[in-house]
Amino acid sequence: MSGSKRQEKGMTLIVKTITRLTVGLILLYGIYILLHGHVSPGGGFAGGVIIALSFIHIMLAYGKETAFSKLSKAKASLLESLGAILFIAIGILGFTGGYFFFNFFTDKGEAFRLFSAGIIPLCNIAISMKVGAGLFTIFVILVLLKFKTGGKDPRQGS
Amino acid sequence: MGSHLVTLFVILPLAAAFLNLLIGRKMKGAPDILANLATLALLIASVFSVFAVAKNGIFVYKVGSWVPPIGIAMVLDGLAAFMLVTVNLVAFLCTVYSVNYMEKFTSKWSFYTLFLLMLAGMNGVIISGDMFNLFVFLEIASVASYALVAFGTEHEELEATFKYMVMGTVGSLFILLGIALMYSYTSTLNMADISLTLAQKGLGNITLFVSILFIAGFGLKAALVPFHAWLPDAHPSAPAPISAMLSGVLIKSLGIYTIVRVLYNVIGVTKEFTNILLVLGVLSMIVGALLAMGQWDLKRLLAYSSISQVGYIILGIGIGTPLAIMGALFHLFNHSVFKSLLFLNSGAIEYASGTRDMRLMGGLREKLPITGWTSLIASMSIAGVPPFNGFFSKLIIIFAAVQAGYIGYGFWAALVSVLTLAYFISVQKNVFFGAPSKAMLSGRDVAKWDDIKEPPLFMRLSMIALAIICIFGGLLLIPAVSGNFLNAATEALTAGRDYANTIFGSLGL
Repeated sequence: MSGSKRQEKGMTLIVKTITRLTVGLILLYGIYILLHGHVSPGGGFAGGVIIALSFIHIMLAYGKETAFSKLSKAKASLLESLGAILFIAIGILGFTGGYFFFNFFTDKGEAFRLFSAGIIPLCNIAISMKVGAGLFTIFVILVLLKFKTGGKDPRQGS
Repeated sequence: MGSHLVTLFVILPLAAAFLNLLIGRKMKGAPDILANLATLALLIASVFSVFAVAKNGIFVYKVGSWVPPIGIAMVLDGLAAFMLVTVNLVAFLCTVYSVNYMEKFTSKWSFYTLFLLMLAGMNGVIISGDMFNLFVFLEIASVASYALVAFGTEHEELEATFKYMVMGTVGSLFILLGIALMYSYTSTLNMADISLTLAQKGLGNITLFVSILFIAGFGLKAALVPFHAWLPDAHPSAPAPISAMLSGVLIKSLGIYTIVRVLYNVIGVTKEFTNILLVLGVLSMIVGALLAMGQWDLKRLLAYSSISQVGYIILGIGIGTPLAIMGALFHLFNHSVFKSLLFLNSGAIEYASGTRDMRLMGGLREKLPITGWTSLIASMSIAGVPPFNGFFSKLIIIFAAVQAGYIGYGFWAALVSVLTLAYFISVQKNVFFGAPSKAMLSGRDVAKWDDIKEPPLFMRLSMIALAIICIFGGLLLIPAVSGNFLNAATEALTAGRDYANTIFGSLGL
C-alpha cells in the first residue's frame, strides 16, 4: 500500500480516504442543485460549479492522471461546446412558439414540482454543462499550463 | 419575419462560434468556411436590416414573448442598423483576410471561435434595448478581445493583454456601478423604461453621478484621452485582423455607440455633458495625433491615430447639432473602413517582411504594389484629402463646429487634420517610397529583399474591397443613399428621449 507509485501522486492517505468518501456526495449535491434550480435557490451555474468542484477535488487529492481518467481535457472541451450549443438550440426551438427563447412547452406542470416550468430545467442542464466543463478546464489550465517566456517562437493559440 | 431578423445578429455568431469549436479541431478548412459564411450572412442581414428599418420604422423584439419593461427587449432602429452594417462589413472582410493570414498560427479554430464570440458581443451591444443585457454583451466582447490580444502568447502580447484586461475591467466596473445605481433610482433596467421614469421623477444628483460613471466607463472602452493608456499596447499586439477589428469597430460599438445611446436616448443630453464630450474629444484628437508623430512601430502609430480619430467622432457628438451628429456618424463609418484597411496593410507588410519597425523598411511599393496602393488610398482618406471618404466627414464636422459657434474647436479639428496628413506622409515615405533600407537588402532582422512578395489572394481581396469603399465612401452623402442610412441613424439620435415613446408606441402600450 505505501511506497507504491500511486501513493506518490497526490496528497496523503487521510486526504485520499476522505475524498473517496465525500466526492460522490459532492457530485450528487451538484446534480441536486442543478435539477432543482427552478424550484429552489441554485440553478445551472451553481450546480455546474459544484459538479466541477467534485472533479477538481479528485485532481487535488489523487493527482492529474486519476482526474483525467474520469474527465479528460478533450471530453471537457466537448462538453463545454455541447452545453453552449444545447442552450442556443433551446432558444432557437422557441421559434416554434413564435419567439426566441419562447417557453414552448404548453403544459408548464404544477408549481414547485420537479417536472415543471417548461424549458427552464433544460436551460439549467445546458448551463451546468457549459459552466462545469468550463470551470474544470480553467482550473486545469491555470494549474498545468506553463509559458516559456523569452523562448524561441511559441506561437500557440490554445 | 422582419422582426425575427433582429435575433439573428446574436444567434448566428454564437452558434457558429461553438460549432467551430466542436468540428474545427477535426476538420481542416471547416473553420475558414464556417466563419466566412457566418460573417457573410451577417453582412447581408445587416444591409437588409437598413432597408427593413427604412420601410417599417423601428423593430422591437420581445425575447421569449415577455413584454419589455419586464422581459428583455431587442431594438433595431436607424442607429442600430447603421452600426450593424459598419461592424459586420469590417468583420466579414477581416475573416476573409484571416483565411491566409492566420495560417502561421496553430489552432485556427479557437481564433475563429473567439472572433465570432467578440462579434456576437458587439452585435448584442448594438441591438440590446436593456441596460443590463447591454453590459453582459459588452463583457462578452471585452473578454473575447482580451484573449484575442494575447493570441500570439509571446511576452509582449501577454503584457499588453494584462494591461488591457485590468483597464477594461475597471471600465466595466464603472459601468456596472452606474447600472446598479440607475436601477436603484428607477427600479427598471429597460432603457426605454429608464428614460420614461427619469422624465417622471426628474434627473436628480444621482443621474449626474451615473452619467459621469458612464462617461468614464464607456470612455475607457472608447479610449478617450485620459483613459487611453491601454490602447497603444493592446491594439498593436494582436494579430492584424484583430487589430483591425479592435481599432475599426470594437472601440466604436463598445465605447462610442454606448455613450451616445445612453446620453442621448436614455438620460437625455444636457449642456454639461456635451461640454465634457467636447473637451474630451478635442483632447483625444490633439494628444493622439502628437503621440502618433513620434512612433516608429507602424501598428503603434496606427493605434495612436485611432485615439486621435475617435476624438473627431466625440467632438461631432459633443457639438450636438443634427449636422454634427451626421458628420460624426459618417466619420465613425469611414474611420472603421480606413483604419481597418491600414491595420490589414500593416499585417500584409509584417507578413511579407517580418517586421513592424518603419526604420527597417523602405521602397516596398516595388515589391508590394497592391498593399502600397491600398495603403496610399487609406492614408489619404484618413488625412482628409478631397476625393476620399475621410475628407467629407471631417469637412462636415468642421462646418458643423463653425455653424454652431464653436470656431475654436473647428480650428483644432482642421489643425489635427494637417498633423494627420503629416504623419501619414511620413509613413508612406518610410515604408513604401524611397530606397530599401540596408537591413532589408542584407536580410538582417527582416526578410531578405528578394524574398519579399505580395501576400496571398484572400488578403489582397479584402484590402482591395476596403480601398474601393474608401474611394466611393463619399457617395453615401448623396441624399437618395443617406436618407435610409446616415440620416436614419442621425434621426434616431436627435429624437433624444422620444426614443422611449417610439419603443412603447411600436409595442402598442
